[in-house]
Amino acid sequence: MTTTSTAPAGAEERTVDVGPIRARVLVAGTGRPVLYLHGAGGLVWDPLLESLAAGHTVHAVEHPGAGSADDLSHLPGIWELVLFYDELLDVLGLDTVQVVGHSFGGMVAAELAANNPRRVSRLVLIAPIGFWRDDAPVPDIAAIPPTALPGLLLADPEGPLADAVVPPADDPQARFETAMRMASILHFIWPIPEKGLHRRIHRITAPTLLVWGAQDKLVSPVYAEEFTSRLRDSRLALVDGAGHLPPLEQPAVVRDHVLGFLDG
Amino acid sequence: MKSIFFHLMPYRDLPEDFETKYESIWVTPPNAELCDPRKVAQYYQWNLDELELADRLGFDGVGVNEHHQNGYGFMASPNLMAAALARRTPNNSALMVLGNTLALYSPATRVAEEFAMLDVLSNGRLAAGFPVGTSMDVNFCYGVPPTQTRPRFREAEELIIQAWTRPGPFSFNGEYNQLRYVNPWPQPLQKPHPPVWLAGGGSVETWELAGNRDYTYSYLSFFGAKFGKKLMDGFWAKMDEMGVDRNPFRAGFAQLICVSETDERAEQEYLEHCSYFFKKCLHIPGYFFEAPGYRTRKSTEFAIKTNQPGAIAAAAALEKNWKTLTEEGFIVAGSPATVADRLVELAKTLRVGNLHALLQVGSMPHELTKKNITLFAEEVIPRIRHIWDAEGWTHNWWPSGAADRSAERAVTGSQA
Repeated sequence: MTTTSTAPAGAEERTVDVGPIRARVLVAGTGRPVLYLHGAGGLVWDPLLESLAAGHTVHAVEHPGAGSADDLSHLPGIWELVLFYDELLDVLGLDTVQVVGHSFGGMVAAELAANNPRRVSRLVLIAPIGFWRDDAPVPDIAAIPPTALPGLLLADPEGPLADAVVPPADDPQARFETAMRMASILHFIWPIPEKGLHRRIHRITAPTLLVWGAQDKLVSPVYAEEFTSRLRDSRLALVDGAGHLPPLEQPAVVRDHVLGFLDG
Repeated sequence: MKSIFFHLMPYRDLPEDFETKYESIWVTPPNAELCDPRKVAQYYQWNLDELELADRLGFDGVGVNEHHQNGYGFMASPNLMAAALARRTPNNSALMVLGNTLALYSPATRVAEEFAMLDVLSNGRLAAGFPVGTSMDVNFCYGVPPTQTRPRFREAEELIIQAWTRPGPFSFNGEYNQLRYVNPWPQPLQKPHPPVWLAGGGSVETWELAGNRDYTYSYLSFFGAKFGKKLMDGFWAKMDEMGVDRNPFRAGFAQLICVSETDERAEQEYLEHCSYFFKKCLHIPGYFFEAPGYRTRKSTEFAIKTNQPGAIAAAAALEKNWKTLTEEGFIVAGSPATVADRLVELAKTLRVGNLHALLQVGSMPHELTKKNITLFAEEVIPRIRHIWDAEGWTHNWWPSGAADRSAERAVTGSQA
């Protein structure tokens, strides 16, 4: 995804200092707070966030490191990243939150909930990474041509979303910005996106909703078992007609699942 | 100019349909399917024979390097090859190990130890190459996160130089190397340490390191001087900006070279092997070249500004017939006189005092390689050895134990 984030009408773009890192947060809506953690596509105000903001105060955080390589030097690993988010919640004045995370953001959301279970009241993980199975290896997203992205990410690679997931070939600057964003995520998951969540996931107490595209070719739905078998309270919503980007591919279905689960 | 016979050690018998059937020569070419250890046993003998021949014939140095899971260079450990060469190069050529990919070794004192062993074993003939390493080797084959490539390199460089120069034992509290006792036995023979040769593909940070630390810089490309000009101009502009002198021995350049009796004969003998090299050995998909985060923001911005990706793509897209290969400078080929003329022009254009001569190219068989090496040593080296003499520079980065052949006579009528 190459769209640069724009704050929606009525949303506030806040910049807050978290230790040495300057974090960018989009805040929108009113109601109980929801923390949203995006995936490798970057912070995009998508239909899911719009729906969430209708009844919640959404805090959508931009993953650090894409803009300033210096940020990553303060965050050598997943442990420091989790502490960054924990501290960010303090800075935002949010004691307890519901957390929604997609893909890499889902992995971070699970880590955050495992680190400080009392802080996370409900958890929504959309196609999260964090486990590894030899029988269903997660493809190396850095080792495919950009033109192969739609086939990997979307249930319908020929559909209207295809253009949005491929950085423009004739714009080196745009490709570079995409690469820097990807780099800031690969920093935490290279070369295999399994960094020990299985040792910590048992700590999570929040009821958890897993949302998975039935046609996800990047992170196979078989990975849902890794989560459901370990979480104390979890349910799975398998979304037909969706690949790795269910909130964009099936917005109405995902909205209903997520809104139906939150605030329960 | 110093001439180093640089051997990539390629697989010389890749299948005819390699480039259409397989994804890449690097990282993923299936080993059990494509790499026959019995053939490799033969190649290793040839490769070492060829390097030893270069020593006997009067090259200034013999060069080896490190790559992983790579069909055009499967010298996973150049130090093993250099160790073999240390014992079988009686003419005392420099041992140019260009180099050890520092970011891969944890702790990096392993490199300090092995290089020190080589330096001692060869009586001070080691040139210690410190490449940042390619994304293929560092990120894809060895699993180092792309964003750690350069920080690991810089820390390793710091640690190795300390290990060589500070009396041990001392402690080193790094981000990636945390050692309570650094005390390698032995330290190198050359003092304060073997000359450091950086090698790279045009990162601004590497140039700055070369200037700051007084290291040499070699630009390793297979696309020739025309393409390399922009890069080397960038290097020298950076040296000027930093107030570093323009001593040409600070810089090196790699060049594919094919010498025969005549220009026509060169084409007949070498075209097939050069085609093999460009079609098969450089069959690498773009995404392996640069995992996201491998390059820094600064270097990427420079690359975009100078249109490096565009230029590489254009160079890669050219049809590699003999005319294109020679005219575009991908290869320097022909009679000894032609080759010498082109190399003098190249050296002056790029302002380089060290030539990494790639004289075994692709599928080039052993006998033809020996011919290439022999003609180069006997007919070309005397014509290019003295081209920088008039400017009066000293080569401060030549291993002190290696033979200095710069006093050897020039041929009459050379370009010097």
